[in-house]
Amino acid sequence: MQTKLGYAAVLAVLAASAMAFAGPSGGGVSGKVTYEGTPAKQKPIDMSKEPSCAQQHPTPITTETVVVGPANTLQNVVVYVSAGAPDEASTPAQAVTITQKGCQYLPHVVPMVVNQELKVVNADQTSHNIHPLAKVNREWNKSQPPGTPPFSEKFDKPEFIAVKCNVHPWMHGTFAVLKTSHYAVTGETGGFTLPNLPPGKYTVTAWHESYGEQTQDVTIAGSETKTLNFVFKAKLY
Amino acid sequence: MVKTMSLMKITKSQILGILILATFLLPLAVSAQQMESHIGKLTGHSGAGRELYFRYCWGCHGFRGDGNGENWLPTGSFLEPYLNIQPRIFSAATFKCRSTPTGTLPTDEDLYNAIKRGFVMSNMPSWITLTAQNRADLIAFIKTFSARWKKEKSGDPISVPPEPKLTVESIKHGQELFQKLECWKCHGQEGRGDGPSASTLTDSNDQPIRPYNFAVGSRFKCGATNQDLYKIFMTGLDGTPMPSFADVIKPDEAWDLVHFLRTLQLTYKSPELALWESTKEGAQQVAASKANGTPTGSGIKQ
Repeated sequence: MQTKLGYAAVLAVLAASAMAFAGPSGGGVSGKVTYEGTPAKQKPIDMSKEPSCAQQHPTPITTETVVVGPANTLQNVVVYVSAGAPDEASTPAQAVTITQKGCQYLPHVVPMVVNQELKVVNADQTSHNIHPLAKVNREWNKSQPPGTPPFSEKFDKPEFIAVKCNVHPWMHGTFAVLKTSHYAVTGETGGFTLPNLPPGKYTVTAWHESYGEQTQDVTIAGSETKTLNFVFKAKLY
Repeated sequence: MVKTMSLMKITKSQILGILILATFLLPLAVSAQQMESHIGKLTGHSGAGRELYFRYCWGCHGFRGDGNGENWLPTGSFLEPYLNIQPRIFSAATFKCRSTPTGTLPTDEDLYNAIKRGFVMSNMPSWITLTAQNRADLIAFIKTFSARWKKEKSGDPISVPPEPKLTVESIKHGQELFQKLECWKCHGQEGRGDGPSASTLTDSNDQPIRPYNFAVGSRFKCGATNQDLYKIFMTGLDGTPMPSFADVIKPDEAWDLVHFLRTLQLTYKSPELALWESTKEGAQQVAASKANGTPTGSGIKQ
């Protein structure tokens, strides 16, 4: 009887320690970001002043302040762990890239970690100037003529920075400079996954350029994947 | 026992009084942190600068150095602004006229020269009427408006190589650069500030802004010499659409561009313009600009 209890106790301790040291796979958070209501209509962009870009879009592209997918999903939402992330303040070695092509920023939202290298590429036939309108980070403004090589920059404070090109006023993008690499940007499905989160308490924030921020707390035990959904209220304008 | 209790009563209300006073004084305390400026042999002190600021500057630049002085109202507010260009926002620590690379803080000398010169074509006057010590003190005080001055050092001033000999080839090469770097997109083909993008330009505070109009021949906002012009496009005017071309122009090419830009200043007698007009091609272009140039105004089709 005592031996059985003893074995049970040992098993319990082993199980508990296995849960505590969940290893690199750990738990995670996944979910969907949707909207309710009617979003503002996106307007087509007139690129006639820049023929080399206009001809790349036989059907004019539209503004991207709200990009939606089927079934009310919301794209370009940055979902990230705003508190409790295990890797805060560690900078990934590889660079993230923003490309100016067809007088558009690709991708529209570029997430990166504080001090991570950002490579800026001009793939167009025209000059662009890349002007991040930083308020917390330093504001700089650099010209990038066509055919010049990519250049690198970095930001040392977390901030959501609006980016524009002064020559082509319709170009808008965002640099999402975050403290953590536990982030995802929603695509057409509106879905996101934040894997590799050890057990613990986390705060997850979803940010959208027009609809603001929402925050939810989540506790992860063991290696479970918790589901977290965000619903934003759409605005007509 | 009674004595102790009455003592405690006084202390409590005293503490409350101190707290209330502190909430009012704290902002002043923060801005009263001492900063210094160093310009040549001059040392400025923010304590002295504070007196001067609240006499001469705060009406436009604001109580908190945020550009929201009572003389300024942003475009779009129901009252027309008295000043058409927003005063510099010191709390942002982003400055146009620098000798340092884009995104970095200016040197004390940059700021000192800026208030000495004033900003032509704007409401910022030249403060040469104040003594050099006054101006140095003001610069020290301006640095108390943003925490950046404590955390960051000023950028390293860019090196401006000596100006090479002025030749027709230099001007022609400058003209090629003006086309290749697409300066005309904002500045227009004749540099009149009427390029295709000119009417859409806004500065970093979403206020409409115009590119410099070379044909008017006024002094540049950041100085009047060729060296000043060189620094303008090699450091960019931070806070405005004007970017830095430091990464995309070599220094000798930059001087070619300076020489060409001088020929766009049709009403300013420069050696560059004189040399350009002495060539057949140059004379033709200048005559054509003078005859057919568009009026000052962006977005007007030629």
